[in-house]
Amino acid sequence: MNRVTLILAFTALPAVAGEPDALALERLVRQDCGSCHGLTLKGGLGPDIRPAALSHYKTDTLKAVILDGIPGTPMPPWRPLLSDSEAGWIAEYLLTGESP
Amino acid sequence: MKPVLRFIKNSAPTEGIRCQILAMAIAVLATCSTPQALRAQATGDLGLVVERASGSLLVVDQSDRASIGRITGLGDLSHASLVYSPDERFAYVFGRDGGLTKVDILAQKIVRRVMQAGNSIGGAISDDGRLVAVSNYEPGGVRVFDTDTLEMVADIPTGCKTIGLVDVPGTKFVFSLWDTGETWIADLSGDAPQITKIPGMGANPYDALVTGDGRTYIAGLFGEDHLTALDLWQEHPKPQTILPGYAKGREGLPVYKMPHLEGWALAGHDFVLPAMGQHEVLWVDARTLKETGRTATHGQPVFAMARPDGRQVWVNFAHPLNDTIQVIDTVTKKIIHHFEPGPGVLHMEFTPRGHEVWLSVRDAGKIMVYDTGTFEKLREIEAESPSGIFFTARAHKTGL
Repeated sequence: MNRVTLILAFTALPAVAGEPDALALERLVRQDCGSCHGLTLKGGLGPDIRPAALSHYKTDTLKAVILDGIPGTPMPPWRPLLSDSEAGWIAEYLLTGESP
Repeated sequence: MKPVLRFIKNSAPTEGIRCQILAMAIAVLATCSTPQALRAQATGDLGLVVERASGSLLVVDQSDRASIGRITGLGDLSHASLVYSPDERFAYVFGRDGGLTKVDILAQKIVRRVMQAGNSIGGAISDDGRLVAVSNYEPGGVRVFDTDTLEMVADIPTGCKTIGLVDVPGTKFVFSLWDTGETWIADLSGDAPQITKIPGMGANPYDALVTGDGRTYIAGLFGEDHLTALDLWQEHPKPQTILPGYAKGREGLPVYKMPHLEGWALAGHDFVLPAMGQHEVLWVDARTLKETGRTATHGQPVFAMARPDGRQVWVNFAHPLNDTIQVIDTVTKKIIHHFEPGPGVLHMEFTPRGHEVWLSVRDAGKIMVYDTGTFEKLREIEAESPSGIFFTARAHKTGL
């Protein structure tokens, strides 16, 4: 990752080192996960990722999908942009439909 | 007003007062019944900007660089696009939630609205302006509607996600199937649609474009290391691989937003296409479809759009580099300008002759207008999470 990317990542998600920033992450989910899964998360080119559609996932499995992507599909690895705790926050948020 | 004047002239003097009263009455009636003629406004330099989160459209005036109104109540407009009627008065808006809305940009209001599917991804208007087609993910397929009534006139189920829908001459629509790698040509010039299916386009076409002459259809592929072209002027178009192995031997970089191939760029003799999983744009000779060069870019390109004269190509990028624009000179294929308009640059639209460009900067809540010669910022216009910008000049272009 180059320096510009790092700086941007920190600007967008100021809480990388500490507690996840709920507002920034919620925005990321809606706007950027939403690029493929839809702003309402009901699916687009990517599948529905609302709580009912993800109910077969355990939090850790879903976190791993977020961090490492699904090879062979358009789901990219978010590890370059998200910390472990941020991915955990997003997994929890997607599974419950609310901020953990 | 001409008939009224003639009526007065032909009247005998003794009937003058009665005729004048009658003439005034007619004039008053005329004022009431034809407000359009008396308060005429041309639409040639108007446009609409999608406000994705609030489900509204901003009506803008390109010459005045101003917002002149807002149309609300269009539902989920994330990833929405629109097309214009041939008279540039009506727009047909394709919402993500399956809503198809006809708006009158003069009256600044919704004329008709139907929920035609559960999840859709863009549409097109036929060359004769009679039909709009909508591409749907759920239920997968294309539905075609009468532009006057928005009644469905054809349903073309594909059984899977349908992408890259464009209009081509002859009242035809062309689209591709994400799951099966086919392109279908639907001819709607007759009573019932005639469908031609072309298999073997490649794995997972994610978007497609057609050239302004309606001849070359190019599908971008998520699942292959090339793109596929069709020559629609052939009686039996055959898939033709272009840019084979453009990423060969290089690690695929994560794609946080799929590139768009609408708003295709024909710059001089070359197409410019965003690479998938590589931070570069690819140049292809429009006639031979051979690669003519590559330009390394700041990030994963989303849109690579040529200024209408073809002299520059403007590129925006996927998350997390979506605050940046790069401008490429098409003669040297080199980047001549790099700047950061603000957070979330989602879309660009050139004025029809290309002297200015409008950028939607989503997270700044602004549309920014730039001079394409000096790169000077000319104006900022407030907008709520703006995404697509569409000027009415699109009405007269194939494939937009």
